Amino acid sequence: MKKLHILSRILIGIASLTIIIAYFFPVWRIDLFAPQYPEGLVIKIWLNNITGDVDVVNGLNHYIGMKKISVEMFPEFSFLIYIVALFICYGLTIAFTGSRKLLFSYLVVSAIGGVAALYDFYLWGYDYGHNLNPDAPIKVPGMGYQPPVIGHKQLLNFDAYSMPDVGGYIVIVAVVVAGIIWIVEKRLDKNEILFRLINFAPVNFMQQQTTTH
Amino acid sequence: MKSNLIKAAVVLCAAVFIQSCKPQGPAKAISGDAAAKAYVAPGKYDEFYNFVSGGFSGQMSVYGLPSGRLFRVIPVFSVDPEKGWGYSEETKPMLNTSHGFVPWDDLHHIALSETDGIHDGRWAFANGNNTPRIARVDLKTFRTAEIIEIPNSGGNHSSPFITENSEYVIAGTRFSIPMDNTNGDVAINTYKENFRGTVSFIGVDKTTGNMNLSFQVLLPGVNFDLARAGKGKSHGWFFVSCYNSERANTLLEVNASQKDKDFIMAVNWKKAEEYIKAGKGEKRTVAYAHNVYSDKTHSATSTMEKEVMVLDPKDCPDMVYFMPCPKSPHGCDTDPSGEYIVGSGKLAAIIPVFSFTKIQKAIADKNYDGDYQGIPVLKYDAVLHGEVKKPGLGPLHTEFDADGNAYTSFFVSSEVVKWKLSDLTVLDRAATFYSVGHLCVPGGPTKKPWGKYLIAYNKITKDRYLPTGPELAQSAQLFDISGDKMKLILDFPTIGEPHYAEAIPADLLSKNSTKIFRLEENTHPYACKGEKDAKVERKGNEVHVYMSSIRSHFVPDNIEGVKLGDVVYFHVTNLEQDWDVPHGFAVKGANNAELLIMPGETQTLAWRPDRTGVFPMYCTDFCSALHQEMQGYIRVSPSGSAVPITFSTGTNKPAAETPAQ
Repeated sequence: MKKLHILSRILIGIASLTIIIAYFFPVWRIDLFAPQYPEGLVIKIWLNNITGDVDVVNGLNHYIGMKKISVEMFPEFSFLIYIVALFICYGLTIAFTGSRKLLFSYLVVSAIGGVAALYDFYLWGYDYGHNLNPDAPIKVPGMGYQPPVIGHKQLLNFDAYSMPDVGGYIVIVAVVVAGIIWIVEKRLDKNEILFRLINFAPVNFMQQQTTTH
Repeated sequence: MKSNLIKAAVVLCAAVFIQSCKPQGPAKAISGDAAAKAYVAPGKYDEFYNFVSGGFSGQMSVYGLPSGRLFRVIPVFSVDPEKGWGYSEETKPMLNTSHGFVPWDDLHHIALSETDGIHDGRWAFANGNNTPRIARVDLKTFRTAEIIEIPNSGGNHSSPFITENSEYVIAGTRFSIPMDNTNGDVAINTYKENFRGTVSFIGVDKTTGNMNLSFQVLLPGVNFDLARAGKGKSHGWFFVSCYNSERANTLLEVNASQKDKDFIMAVNWKKAEEYIKAGKGEKRTVAYAHNVYSDKTHSATSTMEKEVMVLDPKDCPDMVYFMPCPKSPHGCDTDPSGEYIVGSGKLAAIIPVFSFTKIQKAIADKNYDGDYQGIPVLKYDAVLHGEVKKPGLGPLHTEFDADGNAYTSFFVSSEVVKWKLSDLTVLDRAATFYSVGHLCVPGGPTKKPWGKYLIAYNKITKDRYLPTGPELAQSAQLFDISGDKMKLILDFPTIGEPHYAEAIPADLLSKNSTKIFRLEENTHPYACKGEKDAKVERKGNEVHVYMSSIRSHFVPDNIEGVKLGDVVYFHVTNLEQDWDVPHGFAVKGANNAELLIMPGETQTLAWRPDRTGVFPMYCTDFCSALHQEMQGYIRVSPSGSAVPITFSTGTNKPAAETPAQ
């Protein structure tokens, strides 16, 4: 089978290496705003940690009987860093081998992985928002406090916003780059000039014109 | 008939004329757009912080300009039960002096710290007038961080004016007195033999701000009133106004007003530093308290210091000079360039302006007019830049803008007069309501006045506000000075009696303001850094409660085993690490005050129960929706009781509700 073009391989290599940045920035964030918190509270989720106003949020949440957020609550923190490392290696392998098959499977795995991650996040959020202490001082019948998986949700006096942070965006961009490359490669099969440009090969426009006519 | 009509008309006209000559009511002198200029919309910030002395309240107040809104009263020299200042075990040492615990003082002047002659927004210094002291307020926490007592002083009025790099704040004694190391038990009418004055130089550490009494200059027994450091070309000098050169010890209003001229004293403090280095100082035995508050231990320590270095001008030539100044000078202000020193004789009809260049020349030429008590007196005409003629009655204080203009307050004629430094012409005058004392232009005493506003601090308000019985508010009046003419735009009442004030651009401070104290940095010996650390310990008849507070409960909130005769120390730590969540603490019958505890802080209330029974305790600062549930009980048993010490939160339930073992 045909190999990936050299520029595609370079781009996939760079995109994969860029994911290393995700180790140094949060991948996800939840922002909370309330009348008495105009400056907002933020929970930052890293590959292996959770930071931000965790103690403040825990303090507030005890009124409605929510569990305390802590690192121990997330078994994912023990293996996420390795999964991302594997993911980076996966991308680099594509860059080295130029295998189109690998790129296709990479995209499929990314899609499955992304959905799985969001589902995992949903499951945690469901438990966190519904598994409440029955002795809590404030009980609102039928009210759950599950944070939004992505986007906005009103939780009592708080407006909660859930969205990727720097690390998350980098992973998303890396996968999107891989996806675009896949599409472009498909088109290149049918276009000689682009093919040559992309491979830094000399282009004879006259010849191209005559052949296309 | 006709002539009667004419007569009537004439009488009517005369009546109207006389009526129109009478002074008008309090609303006069307000221009049309005044309200808009002083208006700061809800939720918007002011442009300047205004640090205003509280006078006989002993405190420092913080206002916003131009709105005149009061943000905070910082307790400094007086106890403040609202904040537990002087009542909690941690803050009591701050008010310690060589006379023991002093719960009040009279705070007159503010000096904001400077670097290169410009506000640096780090500290505000203030003087205690009655029991001579200087305090340093930290502008990150807006709390008093340090208080140092001044020995050999009686009335620390000429204080705490500051040098252009905050090298020193000054403390000149208003009352001359027998020196502390002499036998002070002398007849009062031996003033001339036995009474001396001093000016103290308090060094300020560049990084920590910690003060130390570097040296004192021993001076003739006059009254030192106000002072300003030189700046720019006059950096290295201090100018201090003096009255009572008659050296009267009784009926000063007459006996200290005899001479045509008193003095402004010029001290070369760089020279003084050289003399100290050269060993010219004399070590004298004194006693003064030095109190420092730590934001790590959340406690103050008070140390009694025992020595001071004293320089006597007779051993130190070229260090001190006197300049004649008409009629009991009060204000003594240096302009932003450092060239002009404005003296304000309280009873004078002119304002003399001295020139630093001429002072230097007169000293070089030894152009003396004799000496006063051994200190050379420079010739008035040789050091005078000029006199402002017919400025008003009773000049007191002068502030400056960045455009070469001076603003002088006139107590007797109740007005502010704007005049030009270069040619000494009067440019504008504005009435104040009433009897203005100090003035403040933001940055006015620095090399870089921020300008824009002028605030007059008035001693009398009379009809300006709704009456409140015989005791009326004192007030500040805000003028817009951005144009040629001063425009009155706002009146606002003040706490205590406002004396000097300074104003600083808000963004120099607001971005550095402390939000919480970090719990992990709390090194208070009785801190309870988590609910699991809460406990109650008996040590003889002392019961120490290591208590935590967090929305919305105390741990412990049920305490038993205290006996009559015990002293209970509630060491309360606020476990919150969130902005603007203080907790309070109060217990019934406490003979002192409440505690107000900021996030991450520990404060201690000592409580001596006077009877047996069960006493409620609760959080006094509305902290949360369940604030009203934030309460507990402490049981006090008779002195011989066998009730053991027990403590808990959430578990001390009736026997019937406790599941069988």
